[in-house]
Amino acid sequence: MTNRKLTRAKYFFEDSEIEHLTEVPADGNQRMEETDASKVIGKPVSRVDGYNKVSGSALFTFDVNLPRMAHARTLRSPYPHAKIRRIDTSKAEALPGVLAVITHENTSEIPWYFDSFLFDPHLRYAGDEIACVAAETEAIAERALKLIEVDYEVLPFVVDTMKAAEETSPVFHEEGRLVFGEEITYERGDVEAGFAESDVIVEDNYTTQAAVHNPTEPHCSVVKWDGDKLTVWDSTQGIYGVRDEVAERLGLPESHVQVISHYMGGGFGTKLETGKYTVMAALLARKIGRPVRIALTRKEMNLAVGNRPDSLQQLKVGAKKDGTLTAMTTTTYGAAGAYRHRAICYWPIMTMYQCANVQLAAYSTYTNLGKARAFRAPGHPQGTFALDSILDDVAEKIGMNPLEFRLKNYAEIDQVSQRPYTSKKLREAYELGAAKIGWTHRRKTPGSDSGPIKRGLGMASQIWWGSGGPPAAVTVKLNNDGSVRVLAGTQDLGTGTYTILAQTVAEVLEIPVERIQVTIGDTAVGPYCPMSGGSMTAPSVTPAAQDAALQLKDALLSGAATMLEVSEENLIYKDGVIHTASGEKEPLGIADVVQRLRERTLVRTGLRAANPEGFMIQSFGVQFAEVEVDTWTGKVRVIRIVAAHDIGRTLNRKLLENQFHGGIIMGMSYALFEERIVDESTGKVLNTNLHDYKIPTIADTPEIDVITVPHSDTKANSMGAKGCGEPPIIPTAAAIANAVYNAIGVRINSLPITPDKVLNALNA
Amino acid sequence: MNSDEKKDRMTRRQFIKTSTLTTVGTVILTKVPLLSGESASGEGIQDNGRKQLLSLTVNDKPVRLLIEPRTTLAEVLRDHLKLTGTKISCNRGQCGSCTVLMNGKAVYSCHMLALDAAGSNVTTIEGLLSGEELHPLQQAFVNHDGLQCGFCTPGQIMAAQALLLKHPKPTKPQVLEAMSGNLCRCAAYPKIIDSVLGTNK
Repeated sequence: MTNRKLTRAKYFFEDSEIEHLTEVPADGNQRMEETDASKVIGKPVSRVDGYNKVSGSALFTFDVNLPRMAHARTLRSPYPHAKIRRIDTSKAEALPGVLAVITHENTSEIPWYFDSFLFDPHLRYAGDEIACVAAETEAIAERALKLIEVDYEVLPFVVDTMKAAEETSPVFHEEGRLVFGEEITYERGDVEAGFAESDVIVEDNYTTQAAVHNPTEPHCSVVKWDGDKLTVWDSTQGIYGVRDEVAERLGLPESHVQVISHYMGGGFGTKLETGKYTVMAALLARKIGRPVRIALTRKEMNLAVGNRPDSLQQLKVGAKKDGTLTAMTTTTYGAAGAYRHRAICYWPIMTMYQCANVQLAAYSTYTNLGKARAFRAPGHPQGTFALDSILDDVAEKIGMNPLEFRLKNYAEIDQVSQRPYTSKKLREAYELGAAKIGWTHRRKTPGSDSGPIKRGLGMASQIWWGSGGPPAAVTVKLNNDGSVRVLAGTQDLGTGTYTILAQTVAEVLEIPVERIQVTIGDTAVGPYCPMSGGSMTAPSVTPAAQDAALQLKDALLSGAATMLEVSEENLIYKDGVIHTASGEKEPLGIADVVQRLRERTLVRTGLRAANPEGFMIQSFGVQFAEVEVDTWTGKVRVIRIVAAHDIGRTLNRKLLENQFHGGIIMGMSYALFEERIVDESTGKVLNTNLHDYKIPTIADTPEIDVITVPHSDTKANSMGAKGCGEPPIIPTAAAIANAVYNAIGVRINSLPITPDKVLNALNA
Repeated sequence: MNSDEKKDRMTRRQFIKTSTLTTVGTVILTKVPLLSGESASGEGIQDNGRKQLLSLTVNDKPVRLLIEPRTTLAEVLRDHLKLTGTKISCNRGQCGSCTVLMNGKAVYSCHMLALDAAGSNVTTIEGLLSGEELHPLQQAFVNHDGLQCGFCTPGQIMAAQALLLKHPKPTKPQVLEAMSGNLCRCAAYPKIIDSVLGTNK
C-alpha cells in the first residue's frame, strides 16, 4: 500500500476554491509525461459502452420498470406568484387508480432552496410544486392533477430582470430583490487612472437570453424502499450528491440511500442539483408501500429545472494606441429566477486578458420564473460574448488586428490570485487556429463583400477552470482470468467516463481495453468520486484509476517475485506479462499470478493526489468562426468553426472531438437559435416544447475543426489532462458575433442573433 | 352504481365476450397469445371497458394485445412489450427519440396511436440485432462514435435505417434531410453523419 496522508486539498469548482479534508497519496500520483509513449491513452478507442447504447440494451433511469411500480405526476403553480389559501385533494384521491396525494398539508416541512420548502404554500413562479400524485398509471396521475382544487391568493409578480431590481417590484424573499441582498463586486487597480491614460474608450451594452438545458432524457427517478433503506435510480450528474441530499431531506443515514445512474441521457448542468421530484417520489413510495417512478414532461423541464440566466452587461474598455488595455469596467444584471442563484457572468473579464485596472459589479435579481442553474460553463458564454465583442470594437478603433490585439494583452499569470498557471498554451492555440481558418484572409473592411450574401471571420478566446481534484477514489479488481473490473462512484453523462477509466487502467497494466470492465454510477459499489460538473470528471478520476492500477502492478510484481524466487528488481513487466530479466524462468501472465493466490483476486483502491499548491489550473482556447449572412433575409449561417484549445493531454481523440463538436454546436445554438420566451402579462413561459424552443438539427451542422495543443499538463495532475466539457461552448457565440460584424459591418449586441435583429441593425 | 357505470360494465362484458371468441379463434390459427392490455404498473386498475384489440408485427413476431384506444405506439412498445430501447423524450412528435420503422418507413411512435399501427410491421432498435450481434449500422455508430449520452441514439439509428432502406448509398444532403427530424442535444451530429455515411464503407 502506498503512503497516504490526510490533508486539506483544494480545487476550483467554477470560481469557488473548495477545500476538503481528504485522504491523498502522500507522494502524489506518478506522472504520465508527455514523452511517455502510450499504447491506449490518447488513442481513438471506441466507447466501451457503445454496444449498450446502440443496441437499446442500456437501461436508463427512464427505462427502469419495477414490479408493482406506481407512477407520479406533479401539480404545479399556474400563477407566477400566489399563495395557497386552501387545497382540497379529496376528488383526486377518490379517482380510481389514485394511490396517494401529497401536499404541504400532509408532509413535514422539508427545507429547500435556503428559505423555502419542498412544498411551499408560497408559490413564487408558474411551475412551483404544489402537490404530487401517485397512481397506477401516468395517465391516471395526470387526470388526478386536474381534480385537485386549489384556492389561490394571486399576488403581483415580476418577470423582467431589470424591473425586478426596482423599488416598485414585489419582494418575495427576506433578503429583498437581489440575491444575497446586494451586488457582488470585484476590483483591482485604479480604473479612473486607467481610463485617463487610454487613447481610446469604447462603451456598449450587451444582452443575452435565458436558455434552457433540455437534455434528451427527461429528469426522472425511480425509488424503492426496502424497510428503512432506499434505492434511487436517478438521471443525475452526481450520484453521491443525490445520495447525501436525499438522505438529509428524509432524515436518513447516508448509508441507507443507494443511488444508481448507470446510463443517463444528458445533463449540461441541469442534473447537478437533487430534484424535488426525487424526494416527492420517495415520500409517496413510503406512503403507498410500492416503488414509484416519476418522470418530468418536456414542459416541466422547460419550467422547473433550471436555465442559463439572461444578462444585461454594460461594458467600458480603455486602451492605448499600441493596444495595451488600460481599464475595463462592467456592470451586469441577470435573473436568478424565483430562488437563490448567482447570475454572474463577469468572470472572463477578470482573468482572460491582461489588464491592471478592472472594476466589476454583478446584480442577480429575483424574478417570478424558474430558478437558474449551472448550465455548461456558467456565466462564460455570456461574459465572453460581451468581452470579445467590445474588444473587437476597440481593436478596430485603434486599427489593430483582433488577434494581434489579444496577443498584446496576453495574461501570463492569473491576475486575481497572482499565481502562475500550471500551463497556458494559448499562444500556440492562437497560432494553430489562425493558420487553419486562414485568418490572414479576413476582410479588412467589414461588410465589404459585394452582393446580398456576405461572409465574415471572427474570433474569441476561452478561459475555464476544470482542474478537478481530490477526493476521488477508484477501485480495481484483478480477476483470475486476468481481466480487470474497475469500480468508481463517478458517472458518465455521455462524456465517456466509462471509456477513459478503462483506457487508463489498460495503459498502466498494458493489457487490451477489451479485458477491462467498468462499473460506475452506483453509490453502493464505487468509492467516492465528485459530481460530473465544472469539467472535473476526467482530471479527477483518471489519476485515481492510474494510482489503483499502479498499485496492482506493484502487487503483481511482488507476487511474481515470490513465485519465481527472484528479486523484484530482476523482473520486467511488459504487456501484462512478467519476465525475468535474464530470461531464466518462464514468464508469468498477470492471470497466472492471481490464479495462484488463495483469494484468486487482487483488489486495490487508488486516490487522486492533491492539486499543486501555489498554481492556478485552467484551460484555454480560441475559436475562429466563418459565417455567411444573407442581408436580404437576415439569416446567419455558420460555415465553419476552428477550435484550438489547450486542455492538456488528450485522453481519447474520438471522444474529445465529439465533446468539442457538441459544445460548439450548442454554442452556435446559443448564438443564433435558442431563447426562453416569457409573456410579460401572464408571467408564463411560452415555448416549453422542442418545437417552439429552437435547438439545432443535424442540417445546421457547420464544418468543425478541433485542434488541441499537443502537451501533457503533468504539473496539474498525473495524467496531464484538463477537463474539456465546458471549454468548447465558451467562445463560440462571441466568435460568431464577431464574424457577423466582419460580414455585414454592423454589430449585433444581443443574443440570439436572429434574422429580425440582423435586418433591424442593417436598416438602422 | 349509477346508470353510466352500469352501461360501461355491460359494454365491457359484451366486449370481452366478443373479443374472447375472436382470441380463441386467432390463437388456434396463429398461436399468438393475447397479452394483457395492462402495463406492469396497471395492477388492479379499473378497466373502463373501452379496450380494443390490437394486432401487429413487432420485430418479425406477431403481437396481439388489448389496449386503451388512447395508447400510443411508443407506449405499447415500451410499457406493454418492454422494448425500452425506443425512447420517449418530448412525447409529442418533435424530437425523434421514439423513431421506429413501420413498414420500412420512419415514424414517431410517440405521436401515433397504436391502433393506427394495426396490421403493420414495426421494427425497433432491438429488431436490428441478430441475436446479440449488432447490425452493421449499429456497429457504424460505435465505430464512428455517433452518439454521446445515447438517449436519442436508437431513434437516430432507426431514422438512418429508414434512409438506407430507400437509398443504400446516401449522399450527405440525403443524410441531413432524412435525419433532420431527430434532435440530439449532445449534438453528436458530425459523427452521426460519419456513422451513416460510413456504414457502407
